[in-house]
Amino acid sequence: MQALLALSRGIDNVTEFIGKSVIWLIFLAILISAGNAIVRKLFNWSSNSLLELQWYLFGAAFLLASAYTLKSNEHIRIDIVYGMFSNKIRQRIDLFGHVFFLLPFVVLMTWLLVPYTWRAYANGDISTNAGGLIIWPARAFLLAGFGLLIVQAVSEIIKKVAIIRGDLEDPYPFISAHEQAELEGAALAKEVAELEKLNAGDRK
Amino acid sequence: MMELIASNMAPIMFVSLIGFLLLGYPVAFSLAANGLVFFAIGVWLAPYSGGTITLDWSLLGTMPSRLFGVMANETLLAIPFFTFMGIVLERSGMAEDLLDTVGQLFGPIRGGLAYAVIFVGALLAATTGVVAASVIAMGLISLPIMLRYGYDRRVASGVIAASGTLAQIIPPSLVLIVLADQLGRSVGDMYAGAIIPGLVLTGLYVLYILTVSILRPQWVPALPIEARTLGHGVTSLMVALAAVVALGYGAHLWLYETQGANADILGATVGVVAIYIYALVDKTTGMNTMSRLAQQVIMVLIPPLALIFLVLGTIFLGIATPTEGGAMGAIGSLVLAAMKNRLNLTVIRQALTSTTRLSAFVMFILIGARMFSLTFYGVEGHKWVEHLLVGLPGGQTGFLIIVSVLVFLLAFFLDFFELAFIIVPLLIAPAEALGIDLIWFGIILAVNMQTSFMHPPFGFALFYLRSVAPRGSYVDKVTGIKTAGVSTGEIYWGAVPFVIIQVFMVGIVIAFPQMVMHYKGEVVDPSTIEIKVPGFAPMAPGGGTGVGSTLGAPTLGAPNFGTPPADGAAAPAPATGGLPALPGAPQLGAPVINP
Repeated sequence: MQALLALSRGIDNVTEFIGKSVIWLIFLAILISAGNAIVRKLFNWSSNSLLELQWYLFGAAFLLASAYTLKSNEHIRIDIVYGMFSNKIRQRIDLFGHVFFLLPFVVLMTWLLVPYTWRAYANGDISTNAGGLIIWPARAFLLAGFGLLIVQAVSEIIKKVAIIRGDLEDPYPFISAHEQAELEGAALAKEVAELEKLNAGDRK
Repeated sequence: MMELIASNMAPIMFVSLIGFLLLGYPVAFSLAANGLVFFAIGVWLAPYSGGTITLDWSLLGTMPSRLFGVMANETLLAIPFFTFMGIVLERSGMAEDLLDTVGQLFGPIRGGLAYAVIFVGALLAATTGVVAASVIAMGLISLPIMLRYGYDRRVASGVIAASGTLAQIIPPSLVLIVLADQLGRSVGDMYAGAIIPGLVLTGLYVLYILTVSILRPQWVPALPIEARTLGHGVTSLMVALAAVVALGYGAHLWLYETQGANADILGATVGVVAIYIYALVDKTTGMNTMSRLAQQVIMVLIPPLALIFLVLGTIFLGIATPTEGGAMGAIGSLVLAAMKNRLNLTVIRQALTSTTRLSAFVMFILIGARMFSLTFYGVEGHKWVEHLLVGLPGGQTGFLIIVSVLVFLLAFFLDFFELAFIIVPLLIAPAEALGIDLIWFGIILAVNMQTSFMHPPFGFALFYLRSVAPRGSYVDKVTGIKTAGVSTGEIYWGAVPFVIIQVFMVGIVIAFPQMVMHYKGEVVDPSTIEIKVPGFAPMAPGGGTGVGSTLGAPTLGAPNFGTPPADGAAAPAPATGGLPALPGAPQLGAPVINP
């Protein structure tokens, strides 16, 4: 069990690192998107590759961050019934879901995405838009996103088994959407107050 | 037995989906698993189905390109942009400044603080599509003042929660983007269609407070004299406002020669910029021809108005696509936060982290929904739903009412994204079969779904308010009097009148489609509307700036001049500020909004 948990920690570290890094791709997408509009208006110039680059970046961000979102237990659930169950039952539902809902789907998709990506790479497919980007990197992001989800699913299954056996504390215990919203609200209020204080300090 | 199951696969699949979702495993993967399980069953049962199941294993091979389609969706790219913008704005302190000043402006009248909350709620709603921003600011700034001067707790918390949810219906709202995408319509049209209903809804909120202030004046008292720190000077503000209207209208007339319908937005911009410069000069040189109140009001109104121009203005002028409008707004909010000295790396990183998280779970719900729909359509589920709904009594109206009731009830179980990705696609075919305009339908759905933000279990406006409203009694900072907190029950009950208003509003939109249909120009018979006019008006050569095509086909009615639009009379003059792209004054012809 300890070896498996070590493996799980290794996986978690990798997905966390990736999940925290790709956020900057969204920032880049924002800059490019605003830039596209401005350049088109001012210089009457636009480029399909820049238009496509926006969603390449966004796609890479949400696909590669999904494993981290899974790790942080932040994919949304319908918790009306789930929330009424005991923690013990909830852990078993999660384990069941990881094994029978998540894993088959992501394995199947990855299996289908390998030839799909390879074909685009081997043929050197290029977007049908004039001056568009090469296609295989976008498909590779899909493949990588689903591949990461497989690996993360394995890590989640290890952790769930350990939690059910009592070898591990649940690092992300369930909280309802309701409590989640209240916590977010409180955190935001605190943060705004701190920024305000900081700001007042600067003025002095 | 096999045949019976095979020919009823669609209902069986749909019912079991409810089971899968209620189990509580993440929605994205439950949807996908449901699709996958029934795909396998479907392939197995296909020979028994007598042709109603068209699934075979090779069909699974289309999944990669379906996933690619989700990724390559330029419309949904607006989700992260507007989310990021909203999160940065939350931290910029703009809402707080607005509430302080507008509260002072409206405070002296009965119900004034409530009006201020509604006004600021609508203004913030027009800058961003995120609920949390305004509710939290209002809960922190307006609620304590309302409690201090004896507002009824239910009215106070209800008006705050409801005003926060205006962000869901007034463009640029995330709900409208997602609905436009799912309904296969352009976001620009959806925005144009939502403006009037959004304003009417805001008006209904105001009307409710007015009614309360007449029937129960003690619930919404005016601020006492000692609480009015900005002093008098309303006259000065009125003069300034009149100047803006005059300037804007003048500019509008002048620009109309060359700019056509865009003159609405440009005229308003000229008026606002002029008064801002005047106020700045007036303040810095110490001339002080304006009252302090007037100066202050103009100063705090500029940032939101600038953002509205940056986002909605550029979209309606055709400079930016809605997605790019979101990106411009995101940059604008960064600049604003920087100007207010509230921008640092932590803020950006946090905003990006939340944005990425939201994007990941939303896009994966869509991915799960793609797997589900592959199977559901393969077992002819769409035909089953269409058959169920088209056969309803009452034609269009019957369908709209029943769907509204259905969505209202489903909103107690599914949150907005699931409704949009699972339920809405199934409603398109029956709606079109009944000749219902999908933009109109989308707005009805949007107003309806807005209610779900005001009641548990997804009433985020309530929860955000709960998180900042005082629970127990506390000592008021100004008066030193011990004040009772707001109970959760009071917050929930306070929202009930607004949920009722919302239901009423759904009825109004169903009864008066012309509130929405002006997005096409003049209200014409929907079946003959597909007239595409290149360069939308002879008087406005090149006014479209050439990017209309990326926004979906600019479907406009025949250009018409001098015909008063049906709804133009109710709309304010173009230059009153903050409301760009409204239909112009009646003599300007149809309210043509260029997507």
